Amino acid sequence: RYKVIEGIISPVSDEYGKKGLVSARHRVAMSRLALETSNWIRVDPWESQQQHWSETVEVLSQPLRSSSLFQYWNDLVLQIHYRFYFAGGNCVHSSEVTGAWPVGSPQLKLLCGADFLETFKIPKLWREEHIVEVVGKFGLVCISRGLTDMHRFIHESDTLTRHRHNIHLVREWIQNEISATEIRRALRRGQSVRYLLPDSVIKYIKQHDLYTAESELKNAGDILQPLKQTMSE
Amino acid sequence: MVGRIPLVLLACGSFNPITHQHMRLFELARDHMHQTGRYKVIEGIISPVSDEYGKKGLVSARHRVAMSRLALETSNWIRVDPWESQQQHWSETVEVLRHHYNRLHNPDRLKGSVQDTCVNKTKQDMNSYPGSPQLKLLCGADFLETFKIPKLWREEHIVEVVGKFGLVCISRGLTDMHRFIHESDTLTRHRHNIHLVREWIQNEISATEIRRALRRGQSVRYLLPDSVIKYIKQHDLYTAESELKNAGDILQPLKQTMSE
Repeated sequence: RYKVIEGIISPVSDEYGKKGLVSARHRVAMSRLALETSNWIRVDPWESQQQHWSETVEVLSQPLRSSSLFQYWNDLVLQIHYRFYFAGGNCVHSSEVTGAWPVGSPQLKLLCGADFLETFKIPKLWREEHIVEVVGKFGLVCISRGLTDMHRFIHESDTLTRHRHNIHLVREWIQNEISATEIRRALRRGQSVRYLLPDSVIKYIKQHDLYTAESELKNAGDILQPLKQTMSE
Repeated sequence: MVGRIPLVLLACGSFNPITHQHMRLFELARDHMHQTGRYKVIEGIISPVSDEYGKKGLVSARHRVAMSRLALETSNWIRVDPWESQQQHWSETVEVLRHHYNRLHNPDRLKGSVQDTCVNKTKQDMNSYPGSPQLKLLCGADFLETFKIPKLWREEHIVEVVGKFGLVCISRGLTDMHRFIHESDTLTRHRHNIHLVREWIQNEISATEIRRALRRGQSVRYLLPDSVIKYIKQHDLYTAESELKNAGDILQPLKQTMSE
């Protein structure tokens, strides 16, 4: 039913306040290097350039205004909802419209892990209407090693169950947990991270001497911005 | 790194295909041995098994060597050695270790060769370090555990592998490894020569899963080098058909065990 036309990596702004978070400028540059050889995934710095931490719904709403997606929208060759593959350039429009979008406009879904989905149950972290917007209006593509837990998690929430058709669960069969925390730890200790990230990113890290014992202390003890906002409400 | 023992790490396996995880094992091993303060790792060797091994889904050695070569193009210390893959029979681990050890200690080798830049690098290093180079087998926990398969190994071969050469064994769980060594008199006697390295980063990119994904037309990008993926597509390796090769056959080492 879908044709994926673009992948966007949106690094969080420095205002997120996570321990060990190096400057957005570097994180965007490293992502750019890593994605140089990809012909469909790109990094978008909009979120990182905001002066405040952006809620997920804000970030999801942003790309609609970006010219690249309007370009696709105007290009009728690319359709998301169609029942039959196009032949000879003509598209058969599906009469089925399940989202709030007019037929033919590209959909945007949030790609995430199981841990993101589980934040929905943290008390007061999410506004109910935002959860509805994220899963209802946009939709999730959620990658996880264990699907049973995901199914149960959705089952135990009325909101998520109501929009379960818009939560696409993807099983990751290949055990591959290269956590950025472990990478930073190895770098601090002068150990090799080769073959865990692209060589170009490793080179950048060394050139700029990122990820030292000092950089890991940044924001140490601080509360994450989203939780601060929760507490102040 | 003055006064350190020069060390060469040898990894045997199918490499069907080579993945980032295989290369990662070398990096982990090198860091670990350097941190002991006693070794300087001068070379890493990947030795793909010969086709006579008879494992299910094993594509031709020619391809497995070529893919390893592509993967290691950007490494300045790890190389692939096709000797084992070119033998007309399956080689026992001790054979491969002896071959490379003799090569390392052969004075003729020090003259170097134009084709193998690693030799020249090694030559330089060997002149810098007083000790003669050691050769250790780089392996995973699964290899160590084969020692307990009845009649698979000759006792004198186990002694040679762990005693004369030595192991650098990468594993996620060390407790099991320690217990395994503890439960064997031979391994306990040579425990100083079995270097256990903990892999903290969960990274199990199994070649079997890669082949499965390729058969199903799924992406394996970022699990192995782009150059290897390109080679695989160019030569249409890893199809439903290739996976059937040797299906039902008994692995050569087990055949030899049974015939004794």
